[in-house]
Amino acid sequence: MNVVRTPGGFSVRVAPRAVLAVLLLAAAALAASVALIGTGDYPLTPAEVVRTLTGGGTPAQEFIVDDLRLPRVLVALLVGAALALAGAVFQSVSRNPLGSPDVLGIAQGSTVGALSVIVLFQGTPTAVSGGALAGGLLAGAAIYLLAWQKGVHGQRFVLVGIGMTAILTSVVGYLLTQADLNDATRATTWMVGSLNGRDWKQVWPLLAVCAVLAPVVLSQGRDLRMLEMGDDTAYALGVRVERTRLVSLTAAVLLTAAATAAAGPIAFVALSAPQVARRITGSPGPCLTAAACTGAALLVTADWASQHLFGADRLPVGVLTGMLGGCYLLWLLHTERRAGRG
Amino acid sequence: MLAVVSPHVPPGTSPEAVRRRNGVRALGLLAAAGLLFVVAMASVAVGAKQVPLDQVWHGLFHYTGSETDVVVRDLRVPRTLLGILTGAALGLAGTVMQALTRNPLADPGLFGISSGAAAAVVSGISFLGVTSLTGYVWFAFLGAAVVSVVVHVLGGSRSATPVRLALAGTAVTAVLNGYVYAVELTDSAALDRMRFWTVGSLASANATLVGQVAPFIATGVVLAFALVRPLNAMTLGDDQARALGTRPAVTRVLGLAAVTLLCGAATAACGPIVFVGLMVPHMVRSFTGPDLRWVLPYAALLAPVLLLGTDILGRVVARPSELQVGIVTALVGGPLFIRLIRRRRTAGL
Repeated sequence: MNVVRTPGGFSVRVAPRAVLAVLLLAAAALAASVALIGTGDYPLTPAEVVRTLTGGGTPAQEFIVDDLRLPRVLVALLVGAALALAGAVFQSVSRNPLGSPDVLGIAQGSTVGALSVIVLFQGTPTAVSGGALAGGLLAGAAIYLLAWQKGVHGQRFVLVGIGMTAILTSVVGYLLTQADLNDATRATTWMVGSLNGRDWKQVWPLLAVCAVLAPVVLSQGRDLRMLEMGDDTAYALGVRVERTRLVSLTAAVLLTAAATAAAGPIAFVALSAPQVARRITGSPGPCLTAAACTGAALLVTADWASQHLFGADRLPVGVLTGMLGGCYLLWLLHTERRAGRG
Repeated sequence: MLAVVSPHVPPGTSPEAVRRRNGVRALGLLAAAGLLFVVAMASVAVGAKQVPLDQVWHGLFHYTGSETDVVVRDLRVPRTLLGILTGAALGLAGTVMQALTRNPLADPGLFGISSGAAAAVVSGISFLGVTSLTGYVWFAFLGAAVVSVVVHVLGGSRSATPVRLALAGTAVTAVLNGYVYAVELTDSAALDRMRFWTVGSLASANATLVGQVAPFIATGVVLAFALVRPLNAMTLGDDQARALGTRPAVTRVLGLAAVTLLCGAATAACGPIVFVGLMVPHMVRSFTGPDLRWVLPYAALLAPVLLLGTDILGRVVARPSELQVGIVTALVGGPLFIRLIRRRRTAGL
């Protein structure tokens, strides 16, 4: 940990390893994005992709890159970053490495919303996204209100969350058994999470949500780190605990719901990205920027890998995020043990 | 001059108070056993065809082969027995798992047991063409056992910490779920079967199935109760547990074996019923406190009450068809659980 002092009397603490990690992760995410844009029935070399993105491609290349593949990659980057940020917030607030939005009921709320639209009304994809958004927000509000008793205590929040998850999961199971096989297949595909056929209509709302909420979450990073030490310690250190919790949780729920509406409840990004980021940066507390970069890199890489391994659009990306993220986390845990840490 | 110092006794810890409290708890245990008996009787009597209690008695002890006797002996009794067995198994497995990992979010499926079973079952259906439930059982059990060993090794075997075990478990679960989804999406026949297996149901119970899983569950129950004291010490943390003379690494291996036997057998018999193992320990702890010597027996008695009670409800509300017990358990138990958490101070682990 180094300190940079300016002549004006300001000082900033800099953790070189964390900064390096964030830069590397961002570079990895960008490199994977370029590779992903170049992947498909009409392959492009990375040089062509970069040239087209900067405005120097042929009309055909411009159509393929700008209209077909760029929005999908942007959705992947934004969804990955949003889920990872939300996961980091939930893990800090619940003080539990398992406390991610898909364990505490937000993703299940979105799933119930989307599946109701699919199974009960055979709705359009837009309606399904709307259902997912509404379901996630309702679940988040319900959990917060039910956990409220002169403040939201971390433990109570977690327990209400898993109670809610159990209820909503059983509703999902009920909807799946009531559906005919076509709807059940469509519902399962949605539940896995997919990036197929995403266009600019999904990008803009998601970008707007992320642009507003990501700074909000990042501004709470310092207080969240204090909050991890326990409510009493955080109070003593001058953190307005209840307000921090409300602001960061609201932002996290909105991020999760928006991401889920755009791409389905992609498994495991929210849970694994913050944990992976924590191990890469070697940081003791939540490292929000690194988590967001990890999430974005993970999702884009998973999408690229699924197109290369299984062929274009055969399997939705959610299948691969679980496998990739899971294997990587296992490898990290393994090396951590051999290095004698953790 | 000698100052008279009276020893400071924290309230509620005097020998009389402890004795009184333990008496109340023992009475409560008796009441729970009675409740289980009542629910079991109701489970035999209630269903698409109502069987009056004297007919239940007749079917159980004076079997003559009449229609109600067949219903009682061949359908209701195995179903009730399976409910009691799996309920107790899940309640105990959840309690042990939460004590082992010191994590209130730990459910019996945390070490990849449910997902291992699901992955094995979906492979059996899709690649080997297994279609019968008695065929699923061995696949599910094998999958659960293999995966729990893998998680333990990946989590660091001897040097495992609760957080690392939990993370390794979720990571393996994520990998296996990806596999299950991949198979389901490429093979719609497998999806069709799996969506019914996944919700969890007691409807397919028969005497063979009960016979298949009973020995495993019995072994698991014995192992879980034998581990009460070391597990109690483990909840204080590994260092404290070592100071109290237990061996955390050994306890962890044996505890994991107990959870695998209990939860693996239960999942094999009726699919992944997550809720019971996750919630019952919390419900029980809210009135017994964290001492596992009381939590374990209460969980073993009250989890089957919850499972059978909701199974009966599932048979009644959708008569003549029925709702799967996995769905009803969570729909009924979930709100109950949240209400309990809001009313009482939650007891930590």
